[in-house]
Amino acid sequence: MKADPKGVLTGVHFMDGDHAACEGALAAGCRFVAGYPITPSTEIVERFAARIPKVGGVFIQMEDELAASIAIQGGVWGGQKVMSVTSGPGLSLMMEHLGYAAMTETPSVWVDVQRGGPSTGLPTLPAQADMMQIKWGSHGDYEIIALSPNSPQECFDLMIKAFNLSEEYRCPVFLMMDEVVGHMTERVNIPSADQIDVTERKWTKKKPGEYKAFATTPEDLVPEMVKAGDGYRIHVTGLTHDERGYPAMDVPNQAKLIPRLLNKIRNNVHKLVDVRMDGCEDADVIVMSFGITSRVATAAIDAARAKGLKVGHLRLIICWPFPVALIQQLARTAKAFVVPELNMGQMVLEVRKALADVDRKVKVISVPHPGGTVHDPETILEQILEAAR
Amino acid sequence: MSESLDLHLASVETSLDNPVLPFLRQDRIPHIWCPGCGIGTSVNCFCRALSDSGLDLDKVAIVSGIGCTGRTAGYLNLDSFHTTHGRAIPFATGLKLSNPELNVVVYSGDGDLFAIGGNHFFHAARRNMDILVICVNNFTYGMTGGQVAPTTPVGPTQTTMPYGNFENPFNLPFIADACGATYVSRWTIYHVRQLAKAMKEALGKKGFRFIEVMSPCPTLYSRRNRLGDGVDQVKYYKEKSVIKNGVDTKEVGLGYQGEIVVGKFVDRERPTWLESMNAHYSHHFGDAFQPYGVKNGQD
Amino acid sequence: MAKTEIRVGGLGGQGVILNASIIGKAASIYEGKHATLIQAFGPEARGSACSAQVTISTEDIAYPYVKHPDVLVLMSQDAYNQFAPSLKPGGLVLFEEELVTLDGRLPEGARAIGIPATRFAEELGRRLVLNIVMVGFFAGVTGLLSFESVQKAVKDSVPKGTEDLNMRALEKGFEYGREAAATK
Repeated sequence: MKADPKGVLTGVHFMDGDHAACEGALAAGCRFVAGYPITPSTEIVERFAARIPKVGGVFIQMEDELAASIAIQGGVWGGQKVMSVTSGPGLSLMMEHLGYAAMTETPSVWVDVQRGGPSTGLPTLPAQADMMQIKWGSHGDYEIIALSPNSPQECFDLMIKAFNLSEEYRCPVFLMMDEVVGHMTERVNIPSADQIDVTERKWTKKKPGEYKAFATTPEDLVPEMVKAGDGYRIHVTGLTHDERGYPAMDVPNQAKLIPRLLNKIRNNVHKLVDVRMDGCEDADVIVMSFGITSRVATAAIDAARAKGLKVGHLRLIICWPFPVALIQQLARTAKAFVVPELNMGQMVLEVRKALADVDRKVKVISVPHPGGTVHDPETILEQILEAAR
Repeated sequence: MSESLDLHLASVETSLDNPVLPFLRQDRIPHIWCPGCGIGTSVNCFCRALSDSGLDLDKVAIVSGIGCTGRTAGYLNLDSFHTTHGRAIPFATGLKLSNPELNVVVYSGDGDLFAIGGNHFFHAARRNMDILVICVNNFTYGMTGGQVAPTTPVGPTQTTMPYGNFENPFNLPFIADACGATYVSRWTIYHVRQLAKAMKEALGKKGFRFIEVMSPCPTLYSRRNRLGDGVDQVKYYKEKSVIKNGVDTKEVGLGYQGEIVVGKFVDRERPTWLESMNAHYSHHFGDAFQPYGVKNGQD
Repeated sequence: MAKTEIRVGGLGGQGVILNASIIGKAASIYEGKHATLIQAFGPEARGSACSAQVTISTEDIAYPYVKHPDVLVLMSQDAYNQFAPSLKPGGLVLFEEELVTLDGRLPEGARAIGIPATRFAEELGRRLVLNIVMVGFFAGVTGLLSFESVQKAVKDSVPKGTEDLNMRALEKGFEYGREAAATK
């Protein structure tokens, strides 16, 4: 279906990434946001609070991120599309409810404008060091989807994609921004509503009595949904549950539920791969990057190519699930991977893991950075030259 | 439940056509609660209240946190949400705001609502979020085996206060009152008629409403402190309860096995969060603002 | 590829960010170029150091930071002291001449043009429009942006009811800049 025009600020704007992300959420149909102020994400909720009265919906500033991250899930079961927005310390508080959203299959969008950490760290300066936290930070096994924009335009575009994926897979979806992208201002084209595809919630057509809230088929592991107030008398719990949603805390039910929650995403990794590749087919060295670092890497790659090196650029748009098969395919011809990221080496671990199953010897060079600013392109260039040696 | 307890609980009917049954998910019975536990009695009263309220039950949703009382959501035949520890209130906040036609009830225990969830309680009451919060107060953490709670009176032994509790407990009605609740009452599970009536009354009111239900935990509180079983606790409730409607909530704190002040303490009108938002934005934006959650011409 | 890197520096409250934002907006929305604005973001209070970086290019802008600006737009001595040494060889310094005194920090070969923007702003009625005078001055001297583009960008960036004042400020700076560029 197409976007509701009420939420779409059609036009050409000179806008920062935080504001563009908010406009993306409104265009995607988000009508309920619960948030808590935290630098450098606050502008997103500030804009939502200013815009929502006239669009029609609710913003509420909660008492903390624990509350914000569960209030949005109440919002989903009340029937709305929802989002919460945070940064490092707030993200840590949200981990419990990330698990709840995964367990209860509550479609929800979580925005993390990454700053330097750990703890209070660098509130106003960038990092990309929460990549593993979102994947592994809540207890137990779960899967998420995470997207990484590198410009205000992508904050808008990928926010819509995040909402659509959360509805399609009924899972938490992260928009992994960073301080630079959040506070960077560029041109943002917002198309008209009839040019924006939004995914409707997977509402059931079954009647009360024949509907089971968490029943799926082997072909489709994503259950159909209803909302409170529609007469279905659903039960939703974070406990291990059966198809009716009733607590069923035993080995067979755990063995049925948990693999399904993972496989509804893992079985679709091939569909979820979203990367930008530039010159990877015949490259000796492939630079893998995401978010703001992809723009810094581009400067380094241009410089390396000017020296006559065959360097490819693999940019992750969707970071989770990680495109293992693609890495393995690229490893058939490439000699080395160079992975710059604004952390001390997180996504590079996924590259190494993917290459563990590859027979050829392929070099992997991490270009870590403790955060606070972006890499100097020279630093990345040096590692590309090292990799090519 | 022992026979003598049944005698006290006049409203609990055990005949085959128990009027409470349609309100329960019968495919989930038997429940997990211990013999002599008062939570089930409170749920009976709640079912009575639902029945008497005349509400469309498709539009009533129940939200619980974690703990023994937290299991209530799972037994009621309503849209029901068993959330995370302490977070039933913020979940209920989101549910209510995204679907304002729902009558949202939070049903949880004292540890869940006032220890781990205390901050949420204060803020939801301050905002006058339009939800009813029912707290079954059994003075202990039952699910985890009898640890000290923020409501445990000074004196009794708990597994994490092995030599007796020396922390001061909360006075729950006073907190609710101070934070701005529109309705505050306390009853014990001895007072089944009054409790059911209070629940019905609170279901029909707007704003942040709070009912404290004193309830025995025979397994982990009473027996451990040589207070007998559930029946003995109900006897204590009967003997030591004093009804004082409208009394200052400052005066209703609970001591160990001391006097229990019960009654309706607060009943007032305040605009709810959504009413305030709608009024404020209507004033600010004029006709450009479409009141949220209000059906055209119907409400 | 035609790429111009600009650093705007001054004090919090002078409208440094708005100045840079108008330059970026005029380039990206009204001239169809690419523009990236990065602002130094911090818990900055009024009166403390404040700066913004704008890159304008005919092609996609990858690396968003400005290390060695082609143009410096300076509204405080601190900003001059901090950023003058980073100027690209042969670069241009546009400065508020009553707030900035040039010295030996200025790289050799740099072209520096001053404007009494604060005085102009005061003469127009409000000292606040200093930053808009500087926008006009930037456009007039560099010829990087057409007057029409900047005019449109100012119009949709300033508060309603202040458009006329801001237009006069823009014109004043622009005229002064054009003349100065022709003579200096």
